[in-house]
Amino acid sequence: MARISLKNVKKSYGATHVIKGVDIEIEDGEFCVFVGPSGCGKSTLLRMIAGLEDITSGQLQIGETVVNDLPPKDRGVAMVFQSYAIFPHMTVRENVAFGLTISGASKEEKDAKVAEAARILQMEHLLDRRPSQLSGGQRQRVAIGRAIVRKPQVFLFDEPLSNLDAALRMDMRMEIGKLHQQLGATMIYVTHDQVEAMTLADKIVVLKDGQVMQIGAPMDLYHDPANLFVAGFLGAPSMNFLKVTVQGVNGGKVLVSNGALDPVEVSGKRGPFRVGDQAILGLRPQYLSVAPGSGKLHGTVALTERLGAETVVEVTLKDGNPLIAALAHDAVFDVGSQVHLDFDPDRVHLFPVT
Amino acid sequence: MASKFTVSNRTGWLMAGPAVLLIAGFVILPFFLAFYFSFTNQRLVSPNATEFVGMSNYRQLLGVTTLTLDPVRDDSGAVVMKDGEPEYPSLRTITRNNPDRPDLAGMREWFSFSLGGDSKTFVLARDVVFMKAVVNTFIFVLIVAPVQAGLALGLALLINQRLKGINVFRAIYFMPVVVSIVVVSLLWRLIYDGQSGLLNNLLGAISFGLIPPIDWLGNPSTALGSIIAMSIWQAVGFHMVIWLSGLQTISPTLYEAAAIEGASKWQVFRYITWPGLRNTAVLILIVITMQAFGLFAQIDVMTNGGPLDSTQTIVFQAIERGYGKQDISGGSAISVILFIIVLSISLIQRWLTREKT
Repeated sequence: MARISLKNVKKSYGATHVIKGVDIEIEDGEFCVFVGPSGCGKSTLLRMIAGLEDITSGQLQIGETVVNDLPPKDRGVAMVFQSYAIFPHMTVRENVAFGLTISGASKEEKDAKVAEAARILQMEHLLDRRPSQLSGGQRQRVAIGRAIVRKPQVFLFDEPLSNLDAALRMDMRMEIGKLHQQLGATMIYVTHDQVEAMTLADKIVVLKDGQVMQIGAPMDLYHDPANLFVAGFLGAPSMNFLKVTVQGVNGGKVLVSNGALDPVEVSGKRGPFRVGDQAILGLRPQYLSVAPGSGKLHGTVALTERLGAETVVEVTLKDGNPLIAALAHDAVFDVGSQVHLDFDPDRVHLFPVT
Repeated sequence: MASKFTVSNRTGWLMAGPAVLLIAGFVILPFFLAFYFSFTNQRLVSPNATEFVGMSNYRQLLGVTTLTLDPVRDDSGAVVMKDGEPEYPSLRTITRNNPDRPDLAGMREWFSFSLGGDSKTFVLARDVVFMKAVVNTFIFVLIVAPVQAGLALGLALLINQRLKGINVFRAIYFMPVVVSIVVVSLLWRLIYDGQSGLLNNLLGAISFGLIPPIDWLGNPSTALGSIIAMSIWQAVGFHMVIWLSGLQTISPTLYEAAAIEGASKWQVFRYITWPGLRNTAVLILIVITMQAFGLFAQIDVMTNGGPLDSTQTIVFQAIERGYGKQDISGGSAISVILFIIVLSISLIQRWLTREKT
C-alpha cells in the first residue's frame, strides 16, 4: 500500500543545502505532520515528495516504488496548496472533477464521484458556483474535494489552513482530522502551527534548518523532547529554560541549582553531565504550581494574564531571569509580590549546553 | 464649488497644457474635421469656395449596383459566341450617355457572375478601386489577425521558460518591432525582388533551380500575400511580448496543481493557460485588427497599390485621394468609413468575447 520512506534525502540549490539528509518512515494510513519554523525546509520536503522539486540525492519510496524520477502524476499523490490553487475560470464542480476530466472519465463517473466528495465535504450547494463567489474556507473545501475525488494513496497538505481566520481554522482542522479517519489514507501535512501538529498527527516530524530534530507521536515529543529546539517549539506558552549548574551526579540522577532554584535532583538521561557543568533545565509553564512559603523557585510577580480557565504569570526570578507559569485556575496576584513555585522533578528536562 | 483641479492647480494645467493643445490640434480637431470635410467638396488647394454636398462623397465611394444582361442574339435568336463564350452587350453602351439608365452613369464593372442560364449578372461600382481596397484590407485583416496572434502566442510559450540565454531569443523576436516599418519594407523589397532577391535565391538553392524566380511584388496573385507575410513577421514580436505578460500573470501553483492531477502538456494549455489568457486574447485581437486595418506604409513603400490594384488598401486610398489627388473631401470620407468599420468590428469583438456570467 502507501508506505512512504525517505532515506538520506537531500536537496541543494547550487551550493545552498536546503534539506540536509532526512530519514523518515511513514506507515500506511498514518497522519504525519512536518512542523518547524519558517525556512526549515518542510514545504520543500513536501514538494519533493509530490514531485514538484527534484531530489538531489537519497531515495524516496512510495509504496514499493522508488519514485525519485517519476513525474508527480505517476506517484499516486494528491496535494492541497496553501493558496488553494483552484482554477478560477471553472465552476466548483469542474474544479473537483478536474483530475477525472484529465483522465477521460465518463460523465456518469464524474457526477457520482463529485457528488460523493461534495457530500463528504458538505458542499453540495456550492457545486455550480465559481471560485470568485466562495469564501476562503469554501475554497479550501474545493481544493480538498479535488484531492479526494481521485482516491489517491497519499494526500499532501501544504499549510492548508494558514490563510483562514482563527475560528474557521479550528473547524477545518477538525474536518481534516475526520477526513483522515473516513478515508484511512496516508497523509502528510505541513504546518508551522504546533496546535495543528499536536491535534492532527499520528506522527510529528520536527524540522529545523533542513534537518530532522525529532520524530515521534505528539505526546512523546511533548513529554520527552530530544533536544532544546523540540522542547521549546512544542507547547504554549513555550517551555521555560533555566541556566543551572550541576552540583552532583548520582547514577542516572543529577543535582542542579542556580541563584533562584533550590538544589533539585532530576533525570540526567540526556547527559553525560559532570559536576560543575553548566546545563539547561526545561520546565513547562503548566507543570509549575504555587507553594506558599515553600517551593523550589523564588521570585516576584511581574505580570499576570487571567484567561479564566488558567492564569499565566510572568515571574522575575531572584537571579533576574524571567519565568512563565501557567496555573490551572483563576488566581489573583499583586504585581511585585513574592511568589514561590514548586514542580515535580520527574516532569522537567535537563539538557546539556551545546 | 469648482473642483480643486480647475482652480488651485495652475502648475498642473501649465504642465499639461502643451500636450493638451497638441493632442487637440493634431488628433481631436482633425478627427472632427474629417467628418465635416466628408460632407463637402473641399480640395487641398482650390480657389473655389467650399460647398456642402451632403452624402455625395459617400454615394460616390459606396455606390454599388447589379445589372443582369442577356447575351447578344443574332437574327435567328441564337446566342452569339465569341471565343467560345456568349457575347454580352458592351457595358459602356449602358453606363455612358444612356438616357434610359441615368443612375448607372459613370459606373464600372467590379466583377460578374452567372447564376445558370444564359444571362450574366454584373456588379457595378462607382469606385471600383475603392471596392478593391476594401476587399484587400479585409483579406489582410482576416489573415493577419489569427495568424499573427497565433504565431505570437506560440513564440511567447516558447520563450516563457527558464533557460539560459532565453533573453537572447526574446530580443531577436522583438527586434523587427523596433525597426521602422519603412526600413523593414525597403529591406523586404530587396528580399522579394523578382530577379536576384534573397527569397528567389533561397528557393532556387533549396530546390536546385526547380523553382523559377518569381516577381513576388510584381505579380497580382502574389503581391498581397507577400505583404501579408512580411507584415506578420514584422509585428509578431510585439504581440509576443503582450502574450508573455499575460502568461506571467497565471499563478505557478495552478500549473503545479495540474501537474499533480496528471494533466498532459496539451491539457495544461487547454484548461489552465488558455482560460488564463482570455483577457490578453481579447486585447491582442482588437489591437491587431485595428493595426491591420491601418495598413499603409508597407504598401506605400513596396507596391504603391499595384500591380493592377491588387494591393490597394483603405488607408492607402485615403491618403492617395487626399494628397495625391488633392481630394481632401474624398479622403475624409474614406477615413470616416474606416473609422466606422473599425469601431463596429471592435464592438462586435468585445461583445463576442464578453465575460459570460
